[in-house]
Amino acid sequence: MQISHLSATNCSSIPTDTPLVQMQGIRKAFPGVLANDGVDFELRPGEIHALLGENGAGKTTLMNILAGLYQPDSGQIRLRGQPIRIGSPRQAIQRGIGMVHQHFMLVQSFTVADNIVLGQGGGWLQEDTRQLHQELRQLAERYGLQVDPAAQVAQLSVGEQQRVEILKAIYRGADILILDEPTAVLTPQEVEELLQTLRALAAQGTGIVFISHKLKEVLALCHRVTVLRDGKTVGTVAVAEQLQSLGSAGCERLLAQMMVGREIKPASRGNLGEPGLLGDPLLRLEGVVALSDRGLPALQGIDLQVRAGEIVGVAGVDGNGQRELEEVIAGLRPIQAGRVHFAEPINLAHIPSDRYSMGLLSDFSVAENTILRDVERDPYCRRGWLDWQAIARFAQQLVLQFTVKTPSIQTRAGKLSGGNAQKLVLGRELARQPQLILAAQPTRGLDISAIEYVHHQLLQQRQAGAGILLLSTELEEILHLSDRIVVLYEGKIRGETPAETVDIHQLGLWMAGRA
Amino acid sequence: MQGWFWRLGQGSLVAMPLLGAGVALVLGALLIVLAGHNPLTAYGVMLQGALGSQRSLTETALRATPLLIMGLGLTIAFRCKVWNIGAEGQYHLGALAGAVVALNMVDQPAWLVLPLMLLAGVVGGVLWSGLAGWLHLKRGMNLIIVTLMLNYIGILWVRYMARSPLRDPNGFLPESAQFAAVARLPRLLETRLHLGVVIAVLLVGILHVLLWRTPLGFQLRAVGSRASVARAMGIPVGRNVLIALLISGGLAGLAGIIEVSTTITRLKGMISDNYGFSAILVALLGQLQPLGVLVAAFLFSALSIGAEALQVRMQIPAAVAQVIQALVVLLVLAGDALARNRRK
Repeated sequence: MQISHLSATNCSSIPTDTPLVQMQGIRKAFPGVLANDGVDFELRPGEIHALLGENGAGKTTLMNILAGLYQPDSGQIRLRGQPIRIGSPRQAIQRGIGMVHQHFMLVQSFTVADNIVLGQGGGWLQEDTRQLHQELRQLAERYGLQVDPAAQVAQLSVGEQQRVEILKAIYRGADILILDEPTAVLTPQEVEELLQTLRALAAQGTGIVFISHKLKEVLALCHRVTVLRDGKTVGTVAVAEQLQSLGSAGCERLLAQMMVGREIKPASRGNLGEPGLLGDPLLRLEGVVALSDRGLPALQGIDLQVRAGEIVGVAGVDGNGQRELEEVIAGLRPIQAGRVHFAEPINLAHIPSDRYSMGLLSDFSVAENTILRDVERDPYCRRGWLDWQAIARFAQQLVLQFTVKTPSIQTRAGKLSGGNAQKLVLGRELARQPQLILAAQPTRGLDISAIEYVHHQLLQQRQAGAGILLLSTELEEILHLSDRIVVLYEGKIRGETPAETVDIHQLGLWMAGRA
Repeated sequence: MQGWFWRLGQGSLVAMPLLGAGVALVLGALLIVLAGHNPLTAYGVMLQGALGSQRSLTETALRATPLLIMGLGLTIAFRCKVWNIGAEGQYHLGALAGAVVALNMVDQPAWLVLPLMLLAGVVGGVLWSGLAGWLHLKRGMNLIIVTLMLNYIGILWVRYMARSPLRDPNGFLPESAQFAAVARLPRLLETRLHLGVVIAVLLVGILHVLLWRTPLGFQLRAVGSRASVARAMGIPVGRNVLIALLISGGLAGLAGIIEVSTTITRLKGMISDNYGFSAILVALLGQLQPLGVLVAAFLFSALSIGAEALQVRMQIPAAVAQVIQALVVLLVLAGDALARNRRK
């Protein structure tokens, strides 16, 4: 299926002035990892340049170096032709480099305007707030960044907070804008708006670095693509040229191949596409009502059933009750009314939507993380004592089986890349041989080969007779995996359809709350 | 950033704290010069006073004992992110509960009195920290404030008990009668060291095992690492918080009764030299590692014993010595933080 904004490619020619940024032979090592190994990168004024690569390829490290957060071990950076050293984020900002991080750097209790001028050192006295608000409104309007300067950041949606970050960079005079996986947290509509804003910025001469691993967005938005793999530059591709000679499918295949270093099969369910034997109901929700963290109704009477051997996909735009539904089923959120029934005895695996607040302890080792749920069980605990040898054996086996890339099982889990951290969670949960799997955004922020891997594992579990409830805001993922699809909108199930006879137009209407 | 400083920071988690200690000693030397003395002589006196003879080593070990026991308890609490600032009060309540047993069982044999007395000390600390835990977990009060405030109640309660209900009717001072021989922990050979020192050292091993070899220690650390993850993994957060709090309270109480039944030998108004607060520093200085806490407690004790020697032998004001002590702690922690940040 095609999403409209992604097919509208922007093929204007690459600007040819003096490069804004030239990075040559950048090398950066961390203990145990060579994050950048002789990377070259170039950005021209008015250009949108994608930095593409799998998780752990070194994209974020490279840009953190440009933003002054890290110092390279060797290599040279030129800004507008001049060789420079960027010693700190402050220096980077002074030189017109603004970065929007994956995790936003905003003070939640401040207003939008306060956040934007924070750290600017404008003197002791309060600035003229009204004038500032006026200024920000004008700036925001020029680039289509709809946001109220007087609003408190804590009350903004994720998409709005991202706009604040972009506005902050522009307000501080950035003509080099770095965005680290900006679309990973956005709804489809917000992605559309973001892409328009970025085009408007580029048209005015801003150079934009767009870190991503979503090929479609990259092809729709960017002039050039530089691909990184294992800390090295694989190559730089001019998008318009390649689109002309290869077409969009060919282009995607080329980039995917550059990213992973091997040919990627088009996603298919293969022989795991056959439905498993439909068995007994494992999970039944009847009229479930629950509140959000802010005490507002988030689930308003959910009826849902998952049977053994099927994947039920819950589609919907982010923020329509997915998080609350996940937590209710995982037993982490009380319900106000209704009932949650499990087949007894049930072994529930939970692949959480936010692994760092629900799934993994970043400062525990990989080995310790594999037994978080089962620390009191045999064989990890015998007669009240932890058996570290048994734990190490299990962790070693799990790391091998689920291909978690880690220097050792003693490494802190926080050092793993996103994809490997997710494989670790997946491995721990699936190793318990669950009958029921709650998979919430199981591939969010992952690269192509990790996504493929997770999908394969889930299909395999279904084949083995597990029931799976898949919560995802990626419609393609839902369509690819589900046997049955329901749509969640404002805390209610808007519609239900078997996957074979799905009408995408109808799904879209349900997701938008119509019909 | 390729300088020696950078490499030092990356190289070692030991070098930076040592460098911090060095800087602190240099700054301290300046202070001593300002006070009109030769810093090298002064440091010599401190070293001699803290570690230079069997007598001074004994003194240092004795002073380290309550710091160590309480520092170990706080290690458990802080590992679980339970900010118990109330060890001082729990220490006093432990001393009080133990003293009640000791003063009322003068006719019983030592094998009965000693275990009961130590147990009472632990129970006193557990109850006092439990009160804080109840207010925190069931009534939603801020744990730092509750434990801090209960310190003052505990300290003044002990002072009152020593002045009035438990006062020795035959004495002239506001303090209890001396504990009977059956209620005093036995000494080791012919030294002033006592069984409490042995208990403290044994506890190092016990708590190390608790933290790293038992499911309880694992769960306490998991809750401290990130409570929301622990909860999602089915680890009962509230129960672990309470357990961590009670362990730290119980050990503080144990330290209290050990101190009054050995070096002090009676219950009186002043039974602590801010041990409960110093123990917080000792736990942090020891990196929340039991073995590290052992080293930190000894170092901390040596610094304060050395400071006393400075005052006695060179008439350098105790305040100067205390500033040096504070500088060492501060800069060692700063060095450690620096080394850790560089590693990230």
